[in-house]
Amino acid sequence: MKLEDEVVRRQRARARIMALLLGAFVVLLFLITIAKTGLNW
Amino acid sequence: MPAMDMTNPVALPADWRDFLALTKPRVMSLVVFSGLAGLLAAPQLPPFVLGFTAILCIALAAGACGALNQWYEADLDAKMRRTSKRPLPDGRMDRQSALHFGVGLGFFSVLLMGLATNWLAAALLAASILFYVLIYTVWLKPRTPHNIVIGGAAGAFPPLIGWVAATGHFAALPLLLFAIIFLWTPPHFWALSLFVRSDYAAAGIPMLPVVAGIENTRRQIFLYSLPMAALAVAPWPLGLAGPIYGGCAAILSFVFVALAARVLTNRAAEPARMGPEKHLFAFSVFYLFALFTVLVADRWLVS
Repeated sequence: MKLEDEVVRRQRARARIMALLLGAFVVLLFLITIAKTGLNW
Repeated sequence: MPAMDMTNPVALPADWRDFLALTKPRVMSLVVFSGLAGLLAAPQLPPFVLGFTAILCIALAAGACGALNQWYEADLDAKMRRTSKRPLPDGRMDRQSALHFGVGLGFFSVLLMGLATNWLAAALLAASILFYVLIYTVWLKPRTPHNIVIGGAAGAFPPLIGWVAATGHFAALPLLLFAIIFLWTPPHFWALSLFVRSDYAAAGIPMLPVVAGIENTRRQIFLYSLPMAALAVAPWPLGLAGPIYGGCAAILSFVFVALAARVLTNRAAEPARMGPEKHLFAFSVFYLFALFTVLVADRWLVS
């Protein structure tokens, strides 16, 4: 495998993990807001 | 600290698994568990998502400590067989990435803890990170054989943070849990440092077996295990835990002290013949898991 291919593969893998973590963070913030405001459904 | 070129030799961006390795996931598991025990032992529980976030913040802070520790000690890690394959000494990551990752993770964990639970828990979390990185890693570890005695306080914070995250205030039980881990840390680390002392000596870290000798370290391990055992049982007679906890803590602590006594009577100097030290190290990890599990079980099933 060429060096450039490996660089792109690693960048994509890191971007995918970062996207998943950011998505999880948004969901967590939403749930924290619901819990802090005492809302239930 | 002497500067060392840790630039990635092939200019590759670090793999995400190396960032994960920076957080020392195995160490993190014990930190998370003790934080969870502190939270679950509290008289009132926060809503699930806030409790989950508190434990997540403790885990992220532990990860930040691991990353900053590896950033600062990259040159020392390169000299020790046990740590030479970590991402920085192995050249799989540049030091600046590790520093940014550690600082970012630390700030994020404190901020999230403050927003989700309370700012006293966040302040304790920040104090634990600063204590581990500045007091233990930077100041004590390279200077004194008593590094782990005072530095052990950093690892003792999680149950206190878990409790404060749940209740918003201090109490006697979490302070006792803090003291138990504080006194547990020296025998735990000294048992390990006895059979890897050549690594520490090669790296120039003044761990007790390197500076004060093997016999002295074995004596210190035994001496520290006595007040630790007394403190571990103390929540029962003090009325802070029930008889199930008291009985289990007494049995576990008896085994701990018995293993420490075997270490005391061992005369071997070669790591291959340090069975008692290896047994004590392995049991010490189980001991803390078991003690805190029983504490939570006692709180929920009996009290």
